[in-house]
Amino acid sequence: MSDSVILIEKAVVSYRESVALRSVSLSVSQGEFVAIIGPNGAGKTTLLTIVNGLAHLTQGQVQVLGRSVNGRGYHELRKQVGYVAQVSTTDKRMPMSVREVVMIGRYGRLGFLRWPSKRDWQLVDEALGMVGIASLAGRPIGHLSGGEQQRVAIARCLAQEPDILLLDEPTASLDWKAQTEILELVKRIHNERRLTTLFVTHDLDALPHTCDRVVLVKDGLIVGDGTPDNLISTATLSQLYGLPVEVVEERRPHIHKREY
Amino acid sequence: MDLSVFGYQFMQNAILATLLGGVACSIIGVFVVLLHMPFIGVAMSHAAFAGALLGLWLGFDPIIGAFVFCLGASAVVGPLADRGQLSPETSLGVVFSLMLGIAFLFIGIIPNTRSAALDLLWGSILTISRGDIVLLGIVAFLVAGAVFLFGKEIQATIFNRNVALAVGIPATLVLYGIIFLTGATITVTLRAIGGLLIFSLILNPAAAAYQLTYSMKRMFLISVGFGVLACWIGLLFSYLLNIPSGATIVIASSLIFMLAAIFSPKRKTKSPSLIQESKQ
Repeated sequence: MSDSVILIEKAVVSYRESVALRSVSLSVSQGEFVAIIGPNGAGKTTLLTIVNGLAHLTQGQVQVLGRSVNGRGYHELRKQVGYVAQVSTTDKRMPMSVREVVMIGRYGRLGFLRWPSKRDWQLVDEALGMVGIASLAGRPIGHLSGGEQQRVAIARCLAQEPDILLLDEPTASLDWKAQTEILELVKRIHNERRLTTLFVTHDLDALPHTCDRVVLVKDGLIVGDGTPDNLISTATLSQLYGLPVEVVEERRPHIHKREY
Repeated sequence: MDLSVFGYQFMQNAILATLLGGVACSIIGVFVVLLHMPFIGVAMSHAAFAGALLGLWLGFDPIIGAFVFCLGASAVVGPLADRGQLSPETSLGVVFSLMLGIAFLFIGIIPNTRSAALDLLWGSILTISRGDIVLLGIVAFLVAGAVFLFGKEIQATIFNRNVALAVGIPATLVLYGIIFLTGATITVTLRAIGGLLIFSLILNPAAAAYQLTYSMKRMFLISVGFGVLACWIGLLFSYLLNIPSGATIVIASSLIFMLAAIFSPKRKTKSPSLIQESKQ
């Protein structure tokens, strides 16, 4: 596909004896907002991280913005790909402020032997304002809650000014209000900056409002690919998560109702 | 107090050596503390010790042997931890035990080198040469220069290696660079401080600084201040009490750490009344 900004061809990733991805192919066009869903251990994070080269391909090819992820100059490519990883613990006494952590997003773009300018700090402050944590700018990063740290990670990603956004369960540790706010924010930024976004989520309720396309991953394979309305059904969820149809219907009545 | 001793060349050399060694070790210490790799100092110092003994045995400059062994250990530790075969602590532990074994083997098989070996183990700052000081100066300059020139890359790698990689920083290279500089620093301070005690001079000033600030820049500066202070206090007491300088330097750095830990603002918690006030 000529307008593909992400082109994954027969990607295989294995971690010693376990295979995380088994010959997966996926093409994502400029401007698409793609959700990746699936059970734990399905290979969702690996699918996301082969796009920025953090996961290493055993076989296959990945082209991002027309360049091979495994080729020379992949560090350059990463500067154009923003990545929010799953929440990880930060050293409580880490001697860095929230503002400094967000500035890391600019470091790759700045390159060696160049120091942040006034404009870089301005971009950082704007990003902090966008995710609603401007008041925490001077706080030590280790003093923030999991949800606040997730906002910091998103702000860092925005400060990077990427062309592609990769989000790995960005709302996992947030409360309901923060979840909806962050999803709306990501969607707004995606539209305003004309980004291409891939995000791993377990929040099935939010899918129809946020994304154009859903990719279902199970056992290292893509088992479904389509629009949320067509794809998210009791039958597909039952198959994806290995649950009986009645259980899915009981737990997710709104999907059941939508189908009839 | 008779201060005429400071007019002697050997004392001036010692003061200069402890200044340069203190600067290099304290900066390396910040990496070690923030990367949670305290074992790296022990592993590297024993690698340097084993290499130096090999030099003594084969008749070449022990510093060259120490440097080659440190370089070898750096080349093993990084990739071993990186490929996920072992945790960094385990890979350092494996290197440490191997180097300790080699060092003891050399001590056992090399004839008449026991006193020279003990010098390397305990250090002997008062017999340090101008050539050693030049080497210390080069390494201190390299370490401080690396922090100044690549501060943002180092900061990002220390914060989170995956985050640094994801924004396009060659974090693996930065980490290997840090390990290499650790090896180089330990090599050149081996003769002055000694293989057994260098670990404390690397760890204590940085660990003390870590108790006192939430700014990485300040942590580097405080650590350097504490490192040099520990060296000079240790040197003074070594002279006054006529006891080994390596030991007094390390004890001084440990005392600085203890004081910092006691008075650390990071340990303070808000009193219930203050919490109540902030809620209102």
